[in-house]
Amino acid sequence: MIATSTEWTEKYGFLRARDSLDWPAVECPQTELMEFLRSLKDEEGFDFLADVTAIDHYDADPRYEVVYHLFSTTEHVYLRVVTPCAGGAQPQCLSLVPLWPTADWHERETYDMFGIRFSGHPDLRRILMWDGYPYHPLRKEFPLAGIEVELPSPDTTEATGGATAKPAPMMGGPFHSPQHGTMARREPRADDESWTEVRERADNGEAAAPRDLRPQE
Amino acid sequence: MTTTTDYGYNSKVEGEVVVSRADAVINWIRRHSVWPMPMGLACCAIELMAAGGSRFDISRFGMEVMRFSPRQSDCMIVAGTVTYKMAEVVRRIYDQMAEPKWVVAMGACASTGGMYRSYAVLQGVDRIVPVDVYISGCPPRPEALLDGMMRLQEKIKNEASTRDLLRERQRNRLAFQQELAGV
Repeated sequence: MIATSTEWTEKYGFLRARDSLDWPAVECPQTELMEFLRSLKDEEGFDFLADVTAIDHYDADPRYEVVYHLFSTTEHVYLRVVTPCAGGAQPQCLSLVPLWPTADWHERETYDMFGIRFSGHPDLRRILMWDGYPYHPLRKEFPLAGIEVELPSPDTTEATGGATAKPAPMMGGPFHSPQHGTMARREPRADDESWTEVRERADNGEAAAPRDLRPQE
Repeated sequence: MTTTTDYGYNSKVEGEVVVSRADAVINWIRRHSVWPMPMGLACCAIELMAAGGSRFDISRFGMEVMRFSPRQSDCMIVAGTVTYKMAEVVRRIYDQMAEPKWVVAMGACASTGGMYRSYAVLQGVDRIVPVDVYISGCPPRPEALLDGMMRLQEKIKNEASTRDLLRERQRNRLAFQQELAGV
């Protein structure tokens, strides 16, 4: 069984090796993708498509890359196949549904989160967000807290008196401790501050912050 | 068989009649048979099921009747994370419940959105339905759920049920008269 990325690139000339910490990873252009994956499935024994996802490189070109994780249940080896998406702002990729039917919902999720259209997909629509949702949430420019949108159905908006999907409260909310300062300040604080580590240290005459144990540059 | 005078009620003397305030009777009946509508969306639903089991026994309170139909239930226990996609459904089920109805937000996700500060999660179910009791925990222990339901019982005990019923009767009568006048 092929064990390293370089062996894969030797066997299939159009592949490029990709840095990987765990299992072999290769990059494959879209033109060779279907043939390569078909030969992986039929000849090399990668019968299980474990995941389909994408990466958004905000500044690089191509902006989106689709990542496939393949697994061989007979040999117990993984392979990661990455393919760049053509199309810039409206990225396109080929659909793997003819080869692995499980790709159906994974590609729907990738479309929902990144906006990558899969040509040949039988039913490409949103799966996690609702059908009319106007954004693609895992794109780099989309904020984690979200953007205010109307609720999916008008009768809910009417029944609740105009509720909308608001951005979620981030830093400064009741469950977020400040992410700067000493560990004692960063931990969640209780209402009862009758004992704090800072005051204890001050009482004992020590420095307010524990000694920095990181190796000094 | 005579009852002892500990209760101040002697059935031989007073007959089988008990005199009380309407509110006391109505509230007693309502709070001792709160039939939950388990809106079990996520992990809190498991703790809700555990509370329904024999170890924690929600049946002691008359609440073991988990009616999944909103038409037949009294209290909607929102147990789990409410996404915006699901919010529409939760609101619709709430609208289909008959009065009197209460809502219990069980767990951190239902109360405030919990650990999910994101674009997809409703930050607290009280943004779309009025909540009576908030139960904290992730998930709350079954005992915490039972404590929350007991507090709901306390809340129901102090309601002005008769006034609400009379008001509703008056409102219905008015609506009917208006409808007749319209015809």
